[in-house]
Amino acid sequence: MSRSIIVSFLMRDKVGNALLAVLLALAIIVPFCSLVFEPGDTFYLSSYWVTLLGKYLCYALLAVAVDLVWGYCGILSLGHGAFFALGGYAMGMYLMRQIGERGVYANPLLPDFMVFLNWTELPWYWQGFDMFGFAMLMVLLVPGALAFLFGFLAFRSRVTGVYLSIITQALTYALMLAFFRNDMGFGGNNGLTDFKDILGFNLQHPGTRAALFSLSALALAGGYLLCRFIVNSKLGRVLIAIRDSESRTRFIGYRVERFKLFVFVVSAMLAGVAGALYVPQVGIINPGEFAPLNSIESIVWVAVGGRGTLFGAIFGAWMVNFGKTWFTGAFPELWLFFLGGLFVVTTLWLPKGVVGLSAQLSKMRRSKAASVAVSEKSPVQAQAVEAEPQPQQASQVAPEPEQQAEPTPKNLDQGAANV
Amino acid sequence: MKTMLNKLLGLVGLVVLSFGVLADDWQQAASGLTGKSSNDKLAAIEAMLEFDDPRNAVALQGMLDAELYYVKADRQLVIATKSGRSFLLTDLQGESLGEVAKSKIKRITVNNRIRREIRSGLAMMALAGPDEDARFSAVRSLMANVEAEQLPLVEQRLVAETSAKVQDKLRELQAIILLENGDDAQRQSSAEFLGGRMDAPSRNALLRAQADEQNAEVLAAINESVARNQQLLKLNRAAENLYFGLSLGAVLLLAAVGLAITFGVMGVINMAHGEMIMLGAYTTYVVQQLMPGHIELSLVVAIPAAFLVSGAMGVLIERGIIRFLYGRPLETLLATFGLSLVLQQLVRSIFGPLNQAVITPQWLSGSLEINGVLALTYNRLYIIIFSFMVVAALWLLISKTFFGLQVRAVTQNRAMANAMGIRSSWVDAMTFGLGSGVAGIAGVALSQLTNVGPNLGQNYIIDSFMVVVFGGVGNLFGTVVAAMTLGVANKLAEPFTGAVLAKILVLVFIILFIQKRPRGMFALKGRMVED
Repeated sequence: MSRSIIVSFLMRDKVGNALLAVLLALAIIVPFCSLVFEPGDTFYLSSYWVTLLGKYLCYALLAVAVDLVWGYCGILSLGHGAFFALGGYAMGMYLMRQIGERGVYANPLLPDFMVFLNWTELPWYWQGFDMFGFAMLMVLLVPGALAFLFGFLAFRSRVTGVYLSIITQALTYALMLAFFRNDMGFGGNNGLTDFKDILGFNLQHPGTRAALFSLSALALAGGYLLCRFIVNSKLGRVLIAIRDSESRTRFIGYRVERFKLFVFVVSAMLAGVAGALYVPQVGIINPGEFAPLNSIESIVWVAVGGRGTLFGAIFGAWMVNFGKTWFTGAFPELWLFFLGGLFVVTTLWLPKGVVGLSAQLSKMRRSKAASVAVSEKSPVQAQAVEAEPQPQQASQVAPEPEQQAEPTPKNLDQGAANV
Repeated sequence: MKTMLNKLLGLVGLVVLSFGVLADDWQQAASGLTGKSSNDKLAAIEAMLEFDDPRNAVALQGMLDAELYYVKADRQLVIATKSGRSFLLTDLQGESLGEVAKSKIKRITVNNRIRREIRSGLAMMALAGPDEDARFSAVRSLMANVEAEQLPLVEQRLVAETSAKVQDKLRELQAIILLENGDDAQRQSSAEFLGGRMDAPSRNALLRAQADEQNAEVLAAINESVARNQQLLKLNRAAENLYFGLSLGAVLLLAAVGLAITFGVMGVINMAHGEMIMLGAYTTYVVQQLMPGHIELSLVVAIPAAFLVSGAMGVLIERGIIRFLYGRPLETLLATFGLSLVLQQLVRSIFGPLNQAVITPQWLSGSLEINGVLALTYNRLYIIIFSFMVVAALWLLISKTFFGLQVRAVTQNRAMANAMGIRSSWVDAMTFGLGSGVAGIAGVALSQLTNVGPNLGQNYIIDSFMVVVFGGVGNLFGTVVAAMTLGVANKLAEPFTGAVLAKILVLVFIILFIQKRPRGMFALKGRMVED
């Protein structure tokens, strides 16, 4: 029975399946184009492009993680960049240890910046990062543990909505300040860089880059499948119920905070994986990754693509980042105008994102048709029909639990404006 | 005959001239200044100071300022100021001697030893001057360079001095001299006198004496005074930290009080609040550019200007974006964040990415000296006063005026307020404008403390939210307490942890605090909590 539901859903998520197919195809085609063709060929992809596309895949994975908590559980985390960066730092520490004697100071044990700071021994929290398996475990555990601790405290005391958003932002801000300190032992301002190789493969080699790209594509596909599995399970139904009305779900008898905690931790781990794949491709991780702006940017990817649809998050991440690459190259000073405008436009006019655009359009057409039909009826009826879709609209647009109980006149105005 | 007369006249002239030269003992004394070695110069200064001559002050000050020259031809001392390629000369009585080329004159060079001597010489002269403040600072500069020979003069001045303030300072100087050079009884009474004196020379004199003293009784007195000083020093350092904490609290309060209105009263998350502060700071800059001749007045003009600029921008934002998003706080957060990016980039495009230089008016610089250790800088003092004035004005506006009544009515029950004939949308726009305008005023104050650049607002937005959330949303009093608490806590932790770690600790503290009391320190109770 449950299997048939899953199977039938797999059949239903046509866009998602197509996306998975595209990801698999990319995982094969991009390395192929990069390695088999020579520079100058039509189909040749330079390392620059492979890295850039790989970056987009990592961002997309982060967006999926954000969408899981925001789109399906209503937790607007402004601190997901912190989990991304922590995963990245765990990977960066492994890569630092791999440099070994090839550093500027040729110290077999200590990374260059520690020698520079006159440290004589490796801090305890750097131990074990020379082992790949341990480092990969930390990529999952460190963001997961932070999310668990933070979520446990926050959800238990019912910090919700805007308050949660603001303190997640404070969290990533505090981490950024902390990682900027040299005493922390994470390279301070400069972060971790000058990586040489991963598992013995040279990071500059096109083959390594192509392999990292394929891994990113597979990780994104895996993350997508995992999230799809979660949101379509019974647990996922509860998450959506929490998103739409937290207190009602609690009164029915669900332990809301446990569900939220679970999904928050999973999402943080996914973000950590994204960061870990990101670092070897771009070759540096520094405290700037903790900047609140980065976290909020990942929110806008999801908002532009369409929250509450996992593939929408992926599209959003790709579109916005492609836009960023193009804008910062062509019109660097216009990029922030564009990004800022994107925030405003999507929240005002595209509450369902680009993915929801067609549904929004068809709905507009229908309501126009309805109002034409209504105008032929009596005025009392017309009012009734017109008033009816408004609460619906409002609940779709604003699923936040802290939405005011009774719609204010503003809300009604807004509903009318959207219709 | 004619030639005889000429000769005679010349002779008389020569006699007069030589008599003039010979008669001027001061010039004789000062002639050593033109010598090569610094010992010559030191001797000359000492000799000059024997005379009570107004030229002393001019010459000594001129040496300090590197403006004292002598004419190579006749070794006459002159004050020379550069004008173009040549030098304008005046003699020491202030009469102009015209312009000469650089090659005709030579500067009298000084080294640090001579400079010290000059300073104490000038201070000695100032001791007898008519101005009380000048006498006071003269004693202080003498304290920096104590010599036993000063004692007779100090004692003589002590009798003649009329101002109690200067007399007290002179007594301190006397004690410092006696502590080193007096007999046992004098040393003991000096040691007792110097206990509790916070000026660095007094403290150092005690410490020096502590190391050298042989007499057990005197040593005991010295030890006691040193211990007392140490304690006072600690107390003063703590007071200084508290003052810094209060001023940081005042800055936080200024930054957050606008937010307490938009977020606290209206429930709107305005992530562009920091940019309202930034606009206020840039308004200050523009005002100063527009009235370069009246920098002293610029802040007075900038405060209403910044209120208008940021307030108008606030109304624009409310009418253009936020009113479509009421009841959807997370969407409001995102939209206003986007807006903050646009505003930052706008400012960057207009003024450039670099920090702008905002000038601090004269009356804001300097400090109020409580004692040798504790000095309260005026700009911080004014900001503390100013922030409380702003809060008081806001409180009056919200609780005592008709507009405030309308604001509270709309916040408490919008539908009922509408029914009573209040135009709630107008009230929304004005309230948001008010909150933004206050942020603009904060920007004027902050422009005096920090760099005015496009990222100014970014640095304050998280802090501001922390203050409002910590204090309890919808509560001006809570905001004041929260800002002061966070400011003082931050500065008191700083000596132990360093600035960055202190800030991190405060952030972590707030994150933990919110878990405990999700609605802040002074949460609203009753029905309003439910929305």
